[in-house]
Amino acid sequence: MFRLILWAMPWLFRYARWRSPAFRERLSERNIVVQIRTADGRQARYIAFRDGGVRSGPGLHDNPTVSLVFKTAAIGARLLMPPIDQLEQIDALKNFLVRLEGPDEDGVWFAQTVMAAMSATWKFGRKMPDGTTRYATMTNGGPLFVFVKDGRIIRTTPIEFDDEDPPSWTIEARGKSFTPPRAGTLSPHGMNWKAMVYAPNRIQYPMKRVDFDPDGERNIQNRGISGYERISWDEALDIVAGEIRRMKLEHGTGAIASSNGSHHNWGNIGYYLSAKLRFMNAIGTTEVHHNPDSWEGWYWGALHHWGGSLRVGGGELFGTIEDCLENAEMVVFWSSNPEATGGVYGGQEGTVRRQWLRDLDIEIVHIDPYFNDTAQFLGGKWLSPRPTTSPALALAIAHVWIEEGLYDKDYVASRTKGFEAWRDYVLGAEDGVPKTPEWQEAETGVPAKDVRALARKWGRKRTYLAVGGMGNTFGGACRNANGTQWTRTMVCLMGMQGLGKPGVNVGNLQLGAPLDFGFYFPGYADGGISGDLNNTALAAGLYQRMPQLPTMNTSTQVIPRLRLPEAIIDGHAEGYAWDARTMEGQFSKIVYPKRGHSPVHMLYRYGTAILGTLNDANRYVEMYRSPNLEFVVNQSIWNEGDVRFADIILPACTNLERYDISEWANAGGYGAHFNSQTNHRIITFQAKCIEPVGESRSDYEIFTALACRLGLGSYYTEGMRDLDWVKRMFDASDLPRHISWKKFIERGYFVVPPEREDLRPPTAYRWFAEGRKKDLPEAMPLPGDYTEQFLEGLQTQSGKFEFESSTLKRYAPEDPERPPIVKYTPAWEGPGVAELADYPLQLITPHARYSFHSQGDGKDSFLNDISDHRMLIDGHYYWVLRLNPADAAARGIATGDLVKVYNDRGAVLCAALLTERLRPGVAHGYESSAVYEPMGEPGRSVDKGGCLNLLSPRRSQVKNSHSMANGTAMVEVEPWDGEVAFERKAPLTDATGPRLEAAV
Amino acid sequence: MNKWNLIVDVANCTNCQLCVLAVQDEHVGNEFPGYAAEMPKHGHRWIEIDRYERGQGDKVDVAYVPTMCQHCDDAPCIAAARDGAAYKRDDGIVVIDPDKAKGQRQIAEACPYDAVWWNEDLDIPQHWFFDAHLLDAGWHAPRCASVCPTGALRVEKVSDERMAEIARDEELEPLRPDLETRPRVHYRNLWRAKRAFVAGTVSGKVNGVIDCIEGATVTLTGGSNGSVMLETDGFGDFKFDRLPADGQSCTIQIAAAGFATAERSLTLSESTNLGDIRLERTG
Repeated sequence: MFRLILWAMPWLFRYARWRSPAFRERLSERNIVVQIRTADGRQARYIAFRDGGVRSGPGLHDNPTVSLVFKTAAIGARLLMPPIDQLEQIDALKNFLVRLEGPDEDGVWFAQTVMAAMSATWKFGRKMPDGTTRYATMTNGGPLFVFVKDGRIIRTTPIEFDDEDPPSWTIEARGKSFTPPRAGTLSPHGMNWKAMVYAPNRIQYPMKRVDFDPDGERNIQNRGISGYERISWDEALDIVAGEIRRMKLEHGTGAIASSNGSHHNWGNIGYYLSAKLRFMNAIGTTEVHHNPDSWEGWYWGALHHWGGSLRVGGGELFGTIEDCLENAEMVVFWSSNPEATGGVYGGQEGTVRRQWLRDLDIEIVHIDPYFNDTAQFLGGKWLSPRPTTSPALALAIAHVWIEEGLYDKDYVASRTKGFEAWRDYVLGAEDGVPKTPEWQEAETGVPAKDVRALARKWGRKRTYLAVGGMGNTFGGACRNANGTQWTRTMVCLMGMQGLGKPGVNVGNLQLGAPLDFGFYFPGYADGGISGDLNNTALAAGLYQRMPQLPTMNTSTQVIPRLRLPEAIIDGHAEGYAWDARTMEGQFSKIVYPKRGHSPVHMLYRYGTAILGTLNDANRYVEMYRSPNLEFVVNQSIWNEGDVRFADIILPACTNLERYDISEWANAGGYGAHFNSQTNHRIITFQAKCIEPVGESRSDYEIFTALACRLGLGSYYTEGMRDLDWVKRMFDASDLPRHISWKKFIERGYFVVPPEREDLRPPTAYRWFAEGRKKDLPEAMPLPGDYTEQFLEGLQTQSGKFEFESSTLKRYAPEDPERPPIVKYTPAWEGPGVAELADYPLQLITPHARYSFHSQGDGKDSFLNDISDHRMLIDGHYYWVLRLNPADAAARGIATGDLVKVYNDRGAVLCAALLTERLRPGVAHGYESSAVYEPMGEPGRSVDKGGCLNLLSPRRSQVKNSHSMANGTAMVEVEPWDGEVAFERKAPLTDATGPRLEAAV
Repeated sequence: MNKWNLIVDVANCTNCQLCVLAVQDEHVGNEFPGYAAEMPKHGHRWIEIDRYERGQGDKVDVAYVPTMCQHCDDAPCIAAARDGAAYKRDDGIVVIDPDKAKGQRQIAEACPYDAVWWNEDLDIPQHWFFDAHLLDAGWHAPRCASVCPTGALRVEKVSDERMAEIARDEELEPLRPDLETRPRVHYRNLWRAKRAFVAGTVSGKVNGVIDCIEGATVTLTGGSNGSVMLETDGFGDFKFDRLPADGQSCTIQIAAAGFATAERSLTLSESTNLGDIRLERTG
């Protein structure tokens, strides 16, 4: 049998060559001889590839380039006999039943050629009448059809369903029927990809900083200043592979760190938690450990009252759309602006549901210092507290409820724990200060009468509390200095009102669509091809279905991401883990450097977002110019942000230029059921719509090429191209039960049929409110986290909602920043802090509406033309800063004026936009500009790119955490005087410096 | 004969800009011979969204009004064009022929809606031409309407008689009735941008503290409105809306049981927040 298969193999190549011009081209790439044989050499055949031809003969070749060696003929037959069983393959590799001898690159080429031969007849996309081919792809802004003609993208559109797609669901509420439109929706940045793919700042070829010589003078001080020269891929890859080798040889384990933004592209294969993690584990790197960005206050705060560690501190979500529409009498949007961010990744799927809310005339209240996009759309009462003071407002609401008996006393008695301690604090028994509406007015600026009126309505009506962009987490006030206080007070209010009772829940109609969650398809944090069973959710689901060679990082050294500059410059950093498994996971302290490990001397950057998205970003400018960092490589799509600080730049392509597979908004392990934001589960075959722009390559190909240079090519690829991994993931999912591969790659997408109405999951927390066992289809908390009986109670120690947190009581009961009951402390970076008197304006930097963090911004893209995003003044697109007219008048500023926004940490040039939508004393500009454009020396001059995170504090919200408080910063704004230089007054990395960092 | 119409519902526009972006996606880098040349990457807004902010302090709202070529049946651009460079199709769509219109700057200048853009590089006028190239190829709607997530933009291909009925039923109006160009773009809830409101909050001392007063009777008299009355809500708020901002004087009178009546006078030239109106206890 083995002989027969070997004999047939050349014929497979010849057939594929006849059928496919692309395969013909592939065959002519290499002249090599491949020997396939048993270990004892008794059964053997060689295949010679020469000038595109395939020649084969029995027996042993004199001088094979590579040899594929099977332990026995039986094993060879088993592994090569179609249909290929992936588990058998992996088992054989793990048990050394098969091995590859010879140069890695040739071995990988041969293995991938076998795969290519088997896929030579696949037809991607659909031919359209106008001569275009329609492909599909997925983005952070929603699913797209991509129409291509002559190798060029003609247009991109939302995915509109046809008759072959399954029906949509219907929700009945208050005598009305609601059904979503039969198409996907997009975020603004989702309709911007054509401009992004063909952006003038696409990196076209590998580059080297002109004064960087890996074998001589490195001129580290010139990072960010010197220009670049074009080099070949071979040169670039040789330098990077050489530096990887040198780091390990000269410094030892831990010397290489890899750092990426949270979102490079979209796709389960070519993702940072997939292809990149696989590579970084394969070479052994110091992990730059992410903080729970955008969920900060929830993970470090609310978690301790209601659990939810596996949803980054967020709560349950099933059934809340139906329940809200049917039963709620009021919805309070508190720092909740889903129309700006589409939840997250959710296009504008929730928008139609919020229209239904309006159609049903359900009362709406918005609490936000900015009359935000959701308030603009839905209308309703608007209360505008000063940023960071919302916890005081919440305490005053609780005060009214307690004084007037407007809370659910039975629920509090039976379903919660520790209320008395909190109640005493609210009433003032503890500190002599009753937290009355009048008390909060001095903090928040919201009239006491309005708070009383709100509290009374809320206490009497079945109310949904909508917090953050997703309704139960994400963005907004959870990202400022008082983020933990805010989230904690939010859930405590719900604990008083009977969380889980009909019409009483947390949500903003963004999460919880009645979809079929029993249909298995993995999300982006489910591990992809990473092989990493420890640091992704791979072990929980995908690994069993898509066996793959495991990878394990051989460096256990970790740097908390927000302290990366300190780690590099000072050589020391501390933080806490984001460990979603349990509530106590976050108490694990991270200390860098780890004993016995090398400090980091090489940074492998992947993407560009640091300067726009991370706090007190001038620290990173300094980090890049530290002599401790001997080598920086940046693998990026666009030349923007911190790419200009790299020694070597590797051009990556977008996911429209490579193959991938993914589901819309499915984050997998990062946030279970985030895909419930969508009205239909849409899974796309992400086609390689066009060839990569310039010489750019897919991340997978770049890592493969590096791996080959380190002898890791076979291990890294398992002989697969990215397309083959895509097919493996297709096979691993439930898709094959519903659609053939052939049809899937032709249509480009699949819509999962909705859940049958009688099988829809029950409503979140209803089981809890009614004292039953948990009946929701979600594997959280983990079995060991139930207290008395499996499925009974919340994740908390008592299983009840804990006003007084057991975890915090155990961990640090005397911590003044995060005591067991939530208290209000004025923010350390907020109004009224004496040291900050020079900076009287509170700058809020919410998630951007038009771009997705830095994705879509800059790049000369279409978004630049949106005057609410950037303003064109004298030929430059400036970041927009919103100001109240009174604050602007006091400073002599008009709309369209250039203004310098600054504090001790940095200075940014913006375009002013005057609006009554902001309360006085508050300035508003989105976070995460992609453009960093210092007008003079980097770090010591004004940035006209719009990186407002140059101004945000680096201090964690609370000391015992690893969190950002970058949602607000105290600043001053003045008309631009043309002074380019800026001298930083805050210390760069010293944690105990004066002024802005005084309280650290 | 069925003809194309676009209906813009101002109340559903969130300024997400997808319609604007879809126009750029479709037309930047693409030319469609007979219909249009390439759109410049920057600078043109064949569809653009105007922002209208109303009010002050805690009483503000914002409306967005998408504007574009109105596909007028009495189109000034067609009248201004030579050689039939701008023409009306049987299905109601106005097309500016990219070849014939070369050099005809007066076509752009003739548009009273400022919706025809001048392309300096190509020396031609350009506009949103309803994506006629796609409709002719069988697409059911122009890009802007397909991409709109809220239905703020929708198309109707109906007879003029039927369109008149729809306009009546849905209270549609032209963007600028004064121009009398018989546009095929119809607006709904345009009052959100064009009309004014008068709003305020009523409060007074209740049980020793200042509270919002619910159920106070607020009467607006004067102006072109005669007399209108409403009651304050649970936040003590009142809002008279859809008022003409015509500079007329009017009076607001507030009455609540147990409180002295209060009165405010104002000139209605823009939306006005009267702020917190504190009532004095009687007796």
